[in-house]
Amino acid sequence: MCGITGLKPTYGRVSRYGMIAFASSLDQAGVLTAGAADAALMLREMAGFDANDSTSVDTPVPDYVATLEQPLAGLKIGLLQEFFDKGLDPENERRVREALQVYEQLGAKLTVVSLPNLPLSVPVYYVVAPAECSSNLARFDGVRFGHRCENPRDLTDLYRRSRGEGFGAEVKRRIMTGTYVLSAGYYDAYYLKAQRVRQLISADFGRAFKDVDVLMGPTTPTPAFAIGAKTADPITMYLNDIYTIGANLAGLPAVSIPCGFVQDLPVGLQIVGPHFSEARILAVAHALQRATDWHTRLPPGYA
Amino acid sequence: MSAWETVIGLEIHAQLATRSKIFSGSATTYGAPPNAQANLVDLGYPGVLPVLNAEAVRMAVKLGLAISARIAPRSVFARKNYFYPDLPKGYQISQYELPIVAGGVLDIQLEDGSSKRVGITRAHLEEDAGKSLHEGLPGVTGIDLNRAGTPLVEIVSEPDMRSAKEAVAYMKKVHTLVRYLEICDGNMQEGSFRCDANVSVRKSGADKFGTRAEIKNLNSFRYIERAINYEVQRQIELIESGGKVVQETRLYDPDKGETRSMRSKEEANDYRYFPDPDLLPVVLEEKFIESVRASLPELPDQKAARFVSQYALSAYDAGVLTASRELADYYENVVREVPQEPKLAANWVMGEFAAALNKDGLDVTSARGKVPPQNLGGLLLRISDQTVSGNVAKVVFATMWSSGALADTVIAEQGLKQITDAAAIERVIDEVMAKSPGQLADYRAGKDKLFGFFVGQVMKATGGKANPAQVNELLLRKLRG
Repeated sequence: MCGITGLKPTYGRVSRYGMIAFASSLDQAGVLTAGAADAALMLREMAGFDANDSTSVDTPVPDYVATLEQPLAGLKIGLLQEFFDKGLDPENERRVREALQVYEQLGAKLTVVSLPNLPLSVPVYYVVAPAECSSNLARFDGVRFGHRCENPRDLTDLYRRSRGEGFGAEVKRRIMTGTYVLSAGYYDAYYLKAQRVRQLISADFGRAFKDVDVLMGPTTPTPAFAIGAKTADPITMYLNDIYTIGANLAGLPAVSIPCGFVQDLPVGLQIVGPHFSEARILAVAHALQRATDWHTRLPPGYA
Repeated sequence: MSAWETVIGLEIHAQLATRSKIFSGSATTYGAPPNAQANLVDLGYPGVLPVLNAEAVRMAVKLGLAISARIAPRSVFARKNYFYPDLPKGYQISQYELPIVAGGVLDIQLEDGSSKRVGITRAHLEEDAGKSLHEGLPGVTGIDLNRAGTPLVEIVSEPDMRSAKEAVAYMKKVHTLVRYLEICDGNMQEGSFRCDANVSVRKSGADKFGTRAEIKNLNSFRYIERAINYEVQRQIELIESGGKVVQETRLYDPDKGETRSMRSKEEANDYRYFPDPDLLPVVLEEKFIESVRASLPELPDQKAARFVSQYALSAYDAGVLTASRELADYYENVVREVPQEPKLAANWVMGEFAAALNKDGLDVTSARGKVPPQNLGGLLLRISDQTVSGNVAKVVFATMWSSGALADTVIAEQGLKQITDAAAIERVIDEVMAKSPGQLADYRAGKDKLFGFFVGQVMKATGGKANPAQVNELLLRKLRG
């Protein structure tokens, strides 16, 4: 939806050491590039085990660039049924389906797959991410890190005002949500349940990848909305992430590439693969970028 | 029998003797200048991550095996969230729902000689917090993060203790154990070994526990006993005067000898525990656990039992000698020199040797430099072969302690060799009798008590070197006339 290529690697593929943590079990360093080939170049340098990050995985790093030209003949693409639902903008859908036709012409086989728990991604995400964020942002208390208020009366005042002044509205909303879902008496109903559903979502993906090589769908339900347009309605705003959160919760690698425009706004196609299949999804993305030029086109007004 | 029964459970914090911290490479040495041993991880810098110290895990497993507990094949680190200036991340990494060790036992010896089994609910790994400094800093609070991230094992007992004495006996037993296992230096002044005591009282025979108060941060055996006794008395008086014990955290003030309220249950933090996403679950394979088991030393109870059977010591002596591994090793090295005298060796190690340690404020390890066990054994050999009497040996020992000399050297140089020549002793007896005609007459007239007087005179004349048994025997004969 930004007109660029975005790659989120498998959780654990790139070290998180040095990244300021937001939601530790979801945070993963990715790249934003002009095309899949550039993303492959970048990832080749970034990926690999780091002893400073216990959650980074010690598995060999393939040469993502060398495998970019893999032919697509016989590639099994699963279309995520849950993503082509009534929430999807029809024009957005048209651009995505046009891209899928290109893949068919390149020799890929399309089937529809269902991930029944996938629609729960948004509520799960908005429990897990705020919970972790409420803890990760605690260190920005004005004592050592973050904004420090003027003339605190005492320690409690320092904490309260430093955080009150330093954090923006959305951050505060998430810290409060996260604090709530971890509280005594609510932990089981929210955090624990969210983690269980997260596992169900992961299992859904696992089952799907027994039958297909990659999953595809739109990156977002609609083209980009204007800055500030949905601040007052966070639920609608959060729902814009509905298609991308699933892969994030399951720790899967995913790439989003431009596949056309709706009213001069770029539309993204999402490609998700099994864990550590970055070489495959980059090659699949690269194939579309060889067959089309959406990734090089700019909407009017940009030059 | 008292109308009230005391119920105590302890949470012991033992600092693990790893060289580096539990989640960072910083050193754990005590006494460094403030913040000299705190790296980016200990300081809680944004963007850094914890990496678990494998040695801390091995030590916790050692403890678990030594108390016959279950070692969790999978344990999980959690974040305990709270705000405090000496906690830079805003959370402490600890274990909560899935601790590494669960369900152990430890036997303690009571004063009446019986033993009692105390249940250990769990033991988990966690990081220590930093320290707030106030001394010499007027108007401000200093933060020293050297201690932040120091590995701790928290050992939580069942509420099985029924008196302050039992609690102290348990605490001492754990103290002995962690030092045997070499997982904690046990230094209580430096805070390496400390406890929180959960104390409640109930009517004797009641089956429900009373409301408990938790006394925080007790770091000496004496304080534990005093704090618990004070708290028990306070609770009994409170209930008997119609009041109710409230669940709260209390602090012991050693100067005033009393406990006072720190915070009530209502004011208690909601720690919002959740599994730390920065750390993977700790998965332990049977092979690893077995390799740790194979590395376990002989444990205090096993050693004490062996001392009783191998050296024919009393259970009490065996208990004293095995209270520390260093003392037990010292004793066994002494016995190696005088294998025929294990009881004599026990008396000397627990007596003269321990007294000398106490007097100079030394530990066994540093005393080895002054009087190595071989040297003490050498002295006992001379008691055993009657070269010196027990009393003269004490004089010899004092010189050995101050000079580091060998027993035989001291005996030769100071001419302390025992006189066992009967003719020589008889000569001295004759002289003594000649000098004390009055006493001799009285004795012969039936004043038996004067026998001691003559022994004293003979010993004095020989500088204490005459063989006491021979003196007795010869005197008896000569005095009879």
